[in-house]
Amino acid sequence: MQTKSNLKQDLKERAEKALDKKASYGQDFDLSEYEIAPSESEQVETLTEWDEKTQKQLLNTGVVPSGEGRSGSLVVLNNAVSYSSTKSENVELIPTKQAREKYDWLDDYAWNLVPVDADKYTAATYLQQPNGYFIRAHAGKKETLPVQTCLLLGNKEVSQTVHNIIIVEENAELEIITGCTTKEEVMSGLHLGISEMYVKKGGKLTFTMVHNWAEDIGVRPRTKVKVEEGGTFINNYIALKPVKSIQSYPTAFLDGKGAVARFNTIAVGHPGSELDLGSKAVFNAPETKAELISRTITTGGNVVARGEMEGNADDAKGHLECRGLVLSDDGSQRAIPILEANLQNVELTHEAAVGKIARDQVEYLMSRGLSEDEAVGMIVRGFLDVGIKGLPDELENDINETIDKIGEHAM
Amino acid sequence: MSMLEIENLSVEPADGGQRILNNVNLTVDFGYTNVLFGPNGSGKSALLRAIMGFGDYKVVEGRILFNGEDITNLSVDERAEKGLGIMLQRPPNMTGVKLSSLIKAISKENMDIDKVAEELDMKRFMDREINVGFSGGEIKRSELLQLIAQNPCMYLIDEPESGVDLVSINKVGTKIQEMLNANLECIGERSVKGKSALIITHTGQILDYLEADRAYIMCSGKIMCSGNPRKLLDEIKSQGYEECIRCKLNQI
Repeated sequence: MQTKSNLKQDLKERAEKALDKKASYGQDFDLSEYEIAPSESEQVETLTEWDEKTQKQLLNTGVVPSGEGRSGSLVVLNNAVSYSSTKSENVELIPTKQAREKYDWLDDYAWNLVPVDADKYTAATYLQQPNGYFIRAHAGKKETLPVQTCLLLGNKEVSQTVHNIIIVEENAELEIITGCTTKEEVMSGLHLGISEMYVKKGGKLTFTMVHNWAEDIGVRPRTKVKVEEGGTFINNYIALKPVKSIQSYPTAFLDGKGAVARFNTIAVGHPGSELDLGSKAVFNAPETKAELISRTITTGGNVVARGEMEGNADDAKGHLECRGLVLSDDGSQRAIPILEANLQNVELTHEAAVGKIARDQVEYLMSRGLSEDEAVGMIVRGFLDVGIKGLPDELENDINETIDKIGEHAM
Repeated sequence: MSMLEIENLSVEPADGGQRILNNVNLTVDFGYTNVLFGPNGSGKSALLRAIMGFGDYKVVEGRILFNGEDITNLSVDERAEKGLGIMLQRPPNMTGVKLSSLIKAISKENMDIDKVAEELDMKRFMDREINVGFSGGEIKRSELLQLIAQNPCMYLIDEPESGVDLVSINKVGTKIQEMLNANLECIGERSVKGKSALIITHTGQILDYLEADRAYIMCSGKIMCSGNPRKLLDEIKSQGYEECIRCKLNQI
């Protein structure tokens, strides 16, 4: 049997070998062009200590600086945790490093779902042994207030690496809002984020991630989720602001009978942005279900919406929907749905559509007295409405402002 | 001056093809309800869509005057702003757009739109996407609710009775009649305070619910004749539209 130190040595070797391994999708980043972000950050007593602009950045990604209406908050600034507090006994929220020192058993969870040698980004992240957030919802506890976390890039031209682990224990329920953003003056940099999530028997995790990066930021999240019997995983992903490149392909493994996953993705590809966004469900147990919904818009950027479902167990049922709006001749939309059934008794379906806003829809609303901009705005808002609930007002307002701007430039 | 004057209007499909309307002349006076009869494919809907300014048709000749003003080249929303409202026969599926969002955006203040929604049995549709999966009757009631919220001076109504069951016809017919006569204390006030309407009816069924003042008959993109709505309807019922064409030919 391998000892723990042997195992670690093994992972290290695998990571080192993968340092030049390009990712399957998305433009390639040369990691040597980015300095590693500082691994020490100023500690704050409360998030309201920060300047107003930074607080506004947090609010626009769904993170409430006062912590009001949240059961806990944690902020990773560059490569260090600069704030962490928990108000509820139902959840544990501490930095990943601290958690791994505290709990030996976390070795069974860390780098268990995401392979260290998946690509150069996972490899580099592993080798830096980064911090991040560890969140545990205690068995049987249903927390009504969400936990909020923020991954904040505070320096220019650096690479941020984080490793997050979430465990929702048996019959526990938890909602997490994660906002990823930069300090206002930071326009360029790289974010590499590993997230491993475990939803145990009968548990439920709603994970909402808001990306508000800047024009010249590269983003490479690597997320895998394991859902056990009767567990539910809901993923909401929102990326409406300009960014250089985001490539992510979160995957849920439905490993227990009756496990359910739902992915909602809404994103806007601005001029100069590359968005390669996917989601994948692997049905490994009977009666598992998944729904992957993607609504993307291009106003000049290049958008790829991927979706994949792999049926490996009886009575698995899944539906995939990729819809893309093209609001400019400069951008592009590609929808790439993949369905794979490895048994007879599997039902997987998809619908995909890309194109412009229908003229008759715009005129219909205009005949009710709406201006063309208002009409387009209403259609775009409806298009992006996939029923994500519980966003703070500031974020809702910011989303509406973004949509209004899209409406103004659309036709 | 009339509320609506169509002068020598000729219309073609925007994407090319044969002329659909040929030198159409038609007027609707203030407070009047006029109806437009005609067989399928005669150009009735094209006329209404051209009056509203929808982009699928282009005016190649003639003009449209609304309230004395030439609106031939105005955009759809500008026409709506001036007081035109339309009830479409086949409105588009508005995927993602909830009926409540649109109603909220267009409702005039001081209007109890909840009550109207209740009367039209549309309350349970407020959170639905407009027209998506609606039945024929539901589409009409939704259109009516939107029109009432919009509160225009003139209604363009395309086949209110098509694809609708009897119960819905009753609701729709009664509501249109109410809508046209809103705020009127006596019939004499109609030309001052009343709303105008141009209603397309293929079967004439809607005349069971409202009083129309004048009727036009359209065949092959041309107005064949005009006159008393009931008399014309009786004639169409007994002799069919072929007689209108024959009659028109005899006039030449």
